[in-house]
Amino acid sequence: MYSRAYKAAVTIPPLLWVTIFLLIPYAILFCYSFWSVSSMQVILHTWTLQNYVQLIRNPIYLQVLFRSMRIAASVTLCALLLGYPLAYYLSFHAAKRKDLLYQLVIIPLWASYLVRGYAWKTILGSDGVLNGLLQYLHITGRPVEFLLYSPFAVIITLTHIYTPFTLLPIYASLEHIPRHLVEASHDLGASPWSTFRRVILPLSLPGLLAGATFAFVLTLGDFLAPLLVGGPSGIMISNIVVSLFGAAYNWPLGAAISFCMMLLVITLLFATERLEKRLTIS
Amino acid sequence: MIAARDPLAASSAESESLLSIRQVIKRYGKRPVLRGISLEVASGEFLTILGESGSGKTTLLRLIAGFEELESGEIWMGGERIDRIPAHRRQVNTVFQSYAIFPHLSVFENVAYGLRAKNTAKGEIPERVTQALAMVKMGEFAQAAPSRLSGGQQQRVALARALVNRPRVLLLDEPLSALDANLRRQMQVELKSLQRGVRITFIFVTHDQEEAMALSDRVALLRAGVLEQVAPPREIYGQPATAYAAQFIGQTNLLRAQVRDGVATAGTIAWRSSGGSGEATYSLRPEYIRLAHASATPASPDPSVARFRGRVRNQSFGGATDLVEVDCDNSFVMRVRIANPGVLAGEHEFEFNAGDATRVRDGEDA
Repeated sequence: MYSRAYKAAVTIPPLLWVTIFLLIPYAILFCYSFWSVSSMQVILHTWTLQNYVQLIRNPIYLQVLFRSMRIAASVTLCALLLGYPLAYYLSFHAAKRKDLLYQLVIIPLWASYLVRGYAWKTILGSDGVLNGLLQYLHITGRPVEFLLYSPFAVIITLTHIYTPFTLLPIYASLEHIPRHLVEASHDLGASPWSTFRRVILPLSLPGLLAGATFAFVLTLGDFLAPLLVGGPSGIMISNIVVSLFGAAYNWPLGAAISFCMMLLVITLLFATERLEKRLTIS
Repeated sequence: MIAARDPLAASSAESESLLSIRQVIKRYGKRPVLRGISLEVASGEFLTILGESGSGKTTLLRLIAGFEELESGEIWMGGERIDRIPAHRRQVNTVFQSYAIFPHLSVFENVAYGLRAKNTAKGEIPERVTQALAMVKMGEFAQAAPSRLSGGQQQRVALARALVNRPRVLLLDEPLSALDANLRRQMQVELKSLQRGVRITFIFVTHDQEEAMALSDRVALLRAGVLEQVAPPREIYGQPATAYAAQFIGQTNLLRAQVRDGVATAGTIAWRSSGGSGEATYSLRPEYIRLAHASATPASPDPSVARFRGRVRNQSFGGATDLVEVDCDNSFVMRVRIANPGVLAGEHEFEFNAGDATRVRDGEDA
């Protein structure tokens, strides 16, 4: 058994960290969401629900929230469509190339988020790589404008950034499937496709769910990609929060949105965790 | 089919061959695992592939199931070449060593898996699954989750899951090795009677020679990727072809003898022997040796009964029989199994029938 001093030494620092830098700021944020800003740009410490009322009354917030969820859902779908087959290939067919391919999946995670964001800017821009190629091949006569500064650009950038996060849990769950089960399925007369559908896919669902949750939650809270490649039509809910805490100087409203987002994400995580537990077979 | 249940009939050449393995070679990388295996398996037979770990017995099974590709050679089943057919189209089912029960499906769905995969008529499935589960005495567990089952119960489900498909050949990869001794013996008996009942050809892989002897119509002894001997248990025990077979199956004494003019001589022991002259190895089972009656005149030179004297070095009590180690002229030790000899000490005279010493091929001779 560990001594009391040892237990204290390992648990107190992280507890302090979480309390000072997470719980207390959240509490302050929570308080802010019930305060208001006067016309003189002074924060009034009087309790009111007006921020939350405004969130529901002003359609812009819900619109942007729904757009953010649509973008998050699209990124999740794209990341799954890219990540699952790759994870499947890695786990079942890569054989000797497994380590190399696995490294290739991991390496992009080492590059800075900003670098990857700017890379897509140079690819998708009106004088970017993609437009250059399209014109060189005479597919289009003029630069195509919709590529950059659109939800499309945000989706493509975030898919690139979050696909590894989706792939890794799927890969882990596929690696955990005993190969004898796959052989047993073939042995019992199931074709490779039927084996995938009836054995591999069900047994990898927990990983798939974890990967999907990563992509969805991370995208929903993202504000850099919309800033870099989103343009006005690609604005997401976090961009509104950023501007409310910055130029717009309306901390109480920003706090209210943040708090709602946090609730949404926590509910989502809780639900997927429950579902994952139900799907995981000991 | 019924005739095949008789071990002698199964071994005879005229019984119908269901599975034919011809000159099969398999390598993992550069390491040879199977070095030219040829084997005929009769319809309805219980054949055991017996061998130490690393002998290639599981690989042979996996080749028949279709989980591995052979390097050269052919596998035929019922007049059809199957070695290029994918596993899911072979009329063969496997009981895995690890059982490989699908953890996300109920016991019922596990057993129904093969029927559904082959698009069996929906109405037929419940009846056949129920029947298969009843056959292995697991009827009451149909709706249970596999994680709730013990090893022995999972074993039964794995059997039902394979047999429900009515395969032409059932492959069993050391299915009993994970069970404790008592359960193991019980399952051996059940497995044997099950096989008699369903009359499906069983190919059973094990490293346990007693299990092989108890269950099989024939035993195929595999050593380092080569078949040493394929014969019914009694024959492989009574007339082992090689020194390895004699030692691997049961206990034996290996006698290095000089053969001249139809008489084999090992040390002071001489017995009548057919076969060519020269150096030869003989296998003599400990229970074929008995105490010679003191009254018998040792002088009579009857080469059909060999006699030798020896000092009892060690005697271990074994219930019905004792195993006695006899030191012969300080040159070699003979193991003798005798029923109720009492406590033996000092020098004794022993004898055996010349016909019980079986001449065997010895790898080290060649």
